[in-house]
Amino acid sequence: MFRQTLLKIASAAFAVSVLLAAPGADAAPKKEFKVCWSIYVGWMPWGEIQNSGLMKKWADKYGISVDIVQINDYIESINQYTAGEFDGCSMTNMDALSIPSGGGVDTTALIVGDYSNGNDGIVLKGKKELAGIKGQTVNLVELSVSHYLLVRALDSIGLAEKDITVVNTSDADMIAAYGTPDVSAVVTWNPLLSEIEGMPESYKVFDSSQTPGEIIDIMMVNTETLADNPDFGKALAGAWYEMMSIMSKDDSAGMDMRTAMAKASGTDLAGYDSQLASTAMFYEPAEAVSFTKDPALITTMDFVRKFLFDKGILGEGATSVDFVGIAFPGGKTLGDTGNIKLRFDPAYMEMAAAGKL
Amino acid sequence: MRLINQKVSRPAGLLLAAIPFIAIIILYVSASEMRLAENPQDKLLPSLARMGETFWRMATVPDRRSGELLLWKDTAASLSRLGAGVGISALLALLLGVPIGLIPKVRAVLSSFIATFSLIPPITVLPILFIAAGLGEVSKVALIIIGTAPVMIRAIALAVAELPAEILVKAQTLGASTWQIILRVVLPQIWPKLVVAIRLGLVPAWIFLISAEAIASTEGLGYRIFLVRRYLAMDVILPYVAWITLIAFLLDRTLLQSSKKLFRWAHLSGESF
Repeated sequence: MFRQTLLKIASAAFAVSVLLAAPGADAAPKKEFKVCWSIYVGWMPWGEIQNSGLMKKWADKYGISVDIVQINDYIESINQYTAGEFDGCSMTNMDALSIPSGGGVDTTALIVGDYSNGNDGIVLKGKKELAGIKGQTVNLVELSVSHYLLVRALDSIGLAEKDITVVNTSDADMIAAYGTPDVSAVVTWNPLLSEIEGMPESYKVFDSSQTPGEIIDIMMVNTETLADNPDFGKALAGAWYEMMSIMSKDDSAGMDMRTAMAKASGTDLAGYDSQLASTAMFYEPAEAVSFTKDPALITTMDFVRKFLFDKGILGEGATSVDFVGIAFPGGKTLGDTGNIKLRFDPAYMEMAAAGKL
Repeated sequence: MRLINQKVSRPAGLLLAAIPFIAIIILYVSASEMRLAENPQDKLLPSLARMGETFWRMATVPDRRSGELLLWKDTAASLSRLGAGVGISALLALLLGVPIGLIPKVRAVLSSFIATFSLIPPITVLPILFIAAGLGEVSKVALIIIGTAPVMIRAIALAVAELPAEILVKAQTLGASTWQIILRVVLPQIWPKLVVAIRLGLVPAWIFLISAEAIASTEGLGYRIFLVRRYLAMDVILPYVAWITLIAFLLDRTLLQSSKKLFRWAHLSGESF
């Protein structure tokens, strides 16, 4: 009797631990999908796609349901996706390579939304030239795209990271930190960047428009989920490009959408439009397709993976820069072809461009 | 025999104490194996061997970026902040707690102020600290002091106030001045209480240390955890948490044992933990 009870308890505990440990373990065709996004100029449309009912419209068309969830903390959203809580998530090319792909989660770039064209920048207090950064203490979110931009900037003037001191500073505290006298150099992104740039004696000495196309904002989805459920990819791409055509126009519908997005990101229409101006949005799917097929993307990803490897964040088993393989359109690859975990696949954007969704 | 009267022998006690630890390890290992079977590079629940390797690497292999041994660099940075913060708090507890507990006029001035001050959630003061003291070491140590000193001051003040009045009266009849009473009567009895106050203060001190390091830093145990969180390196985070717990445990035990050695008279009434 007692032993039986014990067995029952043990098996129940086992079942609970399985449930706890393996979310998203099932690969069977499914009907319900969840994607996540966080606050950023280029990702605000995801929130409006959900709120305006566009997502429901497109999901209904394919007989599925897609829930778009906003996560307050950017890194947390990627971690949740990597842990299997979401089927897709908006993130940059660099974070996709280091977090899910480096962590063995096969990830596909479904919708290449935009690239930063001035949205990320370096601000110095009282110095007008980038060269003035030498010997300074630089506050930034370490190992982020800011860090990447800093390394690219230093490289462009023949300096290296050892010529400065990097202090990890949370993005939430960046503006307050900049206000203190001992902070004289920061690297950050919009909307913080424009706030900091506007402070007295502050000069933006470098920004991402000097390295165009390198910081890319993408809707990444789980490769396996996408392969098993192509309708999921079609519904997302359909909804996204319908939103793009609405918000890119200056008619009342477009203004309304952008005003809603501005409000959701804590600014007004003018503020949001100015952030859009430093973002190279791919409003037309054909633009995104040709960007994805451009050999320049391979050069960019090569920079990015070298940066990640140099900083030791390409995953624990990464003994060389080639550890994680990246696939590009046309069968081109970088790194280990036996371990491809990041795929740039324009298929769904092409369907959108051809009007086949 | 009734349950409440059944004693546990020492070997059985050790065995029983080990059960929850073993259970949690078994649960972790099985969950981790299940996830790893599906995705060998899974970052969420790394295997014990993998965590061991990472920990060993951080302790013995110089970092690619800085060429330093990260674990020791982080540990030294955090311990020196913790030591400075708790040390200053302990000093304040002595300098303020004793007069508040012993001298009615000081108590009248300070006790309600300290009681109110101790209610401020220290984390909310952090932005003010940053602006006033910058992002450097001063704010981090100050946060630990603000978080731990008021409670420690109150603990000492209460302990002093609870000294039997007879002892104070007796010292006075023998002709002792206030100063002599502090030196010869109060302080000797307060030392073990100060050790207890430090031990209890260490718990919030760790919390404030880690919070401060998470915000702006170049090294430290909390810094490392919040840094590698960016790429979900649980194989670094979990061993670091265990390492912090181990250090905290050893600090606590060291304080308890030294108190038992130095002030045997304070530990006469049975079990102390």
